[in-house]
Amino acid sequence: MSQSDSDLIPVAGNGLLHRRLFLKTGLAAGTTLLLAGTTGSAAEKPQRDPWMRMPGAPMSPIGEPSGYEQNLVRAPIGSQPGTAGTGVSRTPLQYLDGIITPSRLHFERHHAGIPDIDPDLHRLYLHGLVERPLAFDLAALHRYPQVSRIQFLECSGNSAALAAPRPVAETCAAIHGLISASEWGGVPLTVLLEEAGVKPEGKWLVADGADAAVMSRSIPLSKVMDDALVALHQNGEPLRPANGYPMRLFLPGWEGNASVKWLRSLKVTDQPAMTRDETAKYSDLRDDGVAELFTFPMGVKSVITSPSPGLSLHGPGVYQISGIAWSGQGRIRRVEISADGGASWAEAALDEHVLPKCLTRFRAAWRWNGGPAVLMSRAEDETGSLQPDRDAALRGRTHAFYHFNGVQAWQIDETGASSNVYA
Amino acid sequence: MSMRKGAWILIGTWVLLGGPGGGAAESPALGEPLTSRSVSALDFTILPDGTGLPEGEGDAITGLAVYQAQCRLCHGDGGEGGPNDRLVGGRGSLASAEPVKTVGSYWPYATTIFDYIRRAMPLYAPGSLTADQIYALTAYLLFENGIVDEDTVMNAHTLPKVRMPNRDGFVWALPEEVR
Ligand code: HEC
Repeated sequence: MSQSDSDLIPVAGNGLLHRRLFLKTGLAAGTTLLLAGTTGSAAEKPQRDPWMRMPGAPMSPIGEPSGYEQNLVRAPIGSQPGTAGTGVSRTPLQYLDGIITPSRLHFERHHAGIPDIDPDLHRLYLHGLVERPLAFDLAALHRYPQVSRIQFLECSGNSAALAAPRPVAETCAAIHGLISASEWGGVPLTVLLEEAGVKPEGKWLVADGADAAVMSRSIPLSKVMDDALVALHQNGEPLRPANGYPMRLFLPGWEGNASVKWLRSLKVTDQPAMTRDETAKYSDLRDDGVAELFTFPMGVKSVITSPSPGLSLHGPGVYQISGIAWSGQGRIRRVEISADGGASWAEAALDEHVLPKCLTRFRAAWRWNGGPAVLMSRAEDETGSLQPDRDAALRGRTHAFYHFNGVQAWQIDETGASSNVYA
Repeated sequence: MSMRKGAWILIGTWVLLGGPGGGAAESPALGEPLTSRSVSALDFTILPDGTGLPEGEGDAITGLAVYQAQCRLCHGDGGEGGPNDRLVGGRGSLASAEPVKTVGSYWPYATTIFDYIRRAMPLYAPGSLTADQIYALTAYLLFENGIVDEDTVMNAHTLPKVRMPNRDGFVWALPEEVR
């Protein structure tokens, strides 16, 4: 209503509008409603909606989402044949906004189910090349100095579906749902290492989980010194069992599996242990037949979560395009959006919180003319790393499976439905 | 006055911590000392040079019997796969259009086979096998992959010496300075 003409002038092809548009449209709508409320004469019995006619439900010990929000579930879930806990469940990205993933919707990747750990019996053992091998219980760890940070966790197999030779007909969650972000709180691991006294030969830390697979990864001590946590909290509450209760390793920006859940043992060594999950799995096979080991950091990536498959547009008009961007190397510097399959690009608006190694929410205004469109986003991080297009991401890595960070394209058809395409 | 001093000491601790993970920290030092016996009882780690391998031994002939009883249902006859991971074959396929990654075609270290079975297999009864049985199963998987003979005995000395076919098929992505 009060938008200036310049905001309605497309900034890139096929209807992308200026990112300033949001603030202004929001203001305009608010003003209109306020005016509507003050016109006309006062009613004797103003109208009540059905749920305004008697007091509602009582207080409850645990808050549940609205019963109308049936889409707020981790889906799809996949597990190895004959198993229910050896696989993944995915965050429903297309139904969420902002940058924090509700803990109950954080993606899962387990190798042998979720252990039911009694926190009074659980211990964290720190041993190997240390002066003093030590055991810590949860109560003790709570007395240590703690820090909290809002950061993402991503499975390195996330988005691998885009390597398929033909585009899979799947949702944003099915393709990209192995990414979540939380406020993680806990004890900097350096504090515990210092107490144990790492010997000069110590270079690696072999982490074991207390799950039935005793899942294990070797972590270079340099990363531990940098920013590793023994995480105890997620989004303000003790870790959920699916996320490592009562304690997990948390390695900001690195592939999720290295942040070993249900952390039980940390052994300082002078070399990696070459466990199955750092050789047979989570290594990146190149087309030349050589595989890369210890490909820890997650690359810069972004994806439009709305619109996306399953979220249809209802007729031509102005829509918000929204999505998430992240990088294991630091902050997101910029996100660009295209509505014409990459022929032209415009910068998206970033929400206020642009944190290192965290999700950043981006938005853009778009006037859909009712015709076909292909929406894409590409991100750049503060180190200058640019998200590659799909072809570049797959070059030499056709079967690598892990660490795919190419650009996603959603095609909008005349009915307003979107689908995964290669552009 | 003394309270204020206390607060400063507290802040000093946090500054020393240098934010997440950085620098020396004052800690309440609540770790309980572990004896070397309790450490060896909880330590799973096995290094590629064989450090951490327990006593015991077995060959493919004894391994076959254990495999049939404990593994075949999920990993198929002779490790050919189905319904779960294929454990045998795929040699020479890694650079092809359809790479097949198995213990034989892909895994760089033989010690990892022992380590993984001891940690995680069989899926519904991990920890149920003896060291002899795990050595025998390891020997069996190596035999089915054409890497050792059926009567080659695997133990803490022989297993680390087994050279896996894809031993040189890996490069480290980690920069030298952070290893
Ligand atoms: C109930 C089914 C089941 C049984 C029984 C079972 N496994 Fe497994 N095995 C699995 C599953 C599922 C995986 C994959 C686990 C994962 O991906 O985390 C697996 C993975 C493996 C792997 C790793 C394969 C790879 O390439 O990464 C090996 C080796 C293995 N099993 C050996 C054995 C042996 C030896 C036995 C018998 C002692 C056995 N398994 C019994 C289900 C089973």
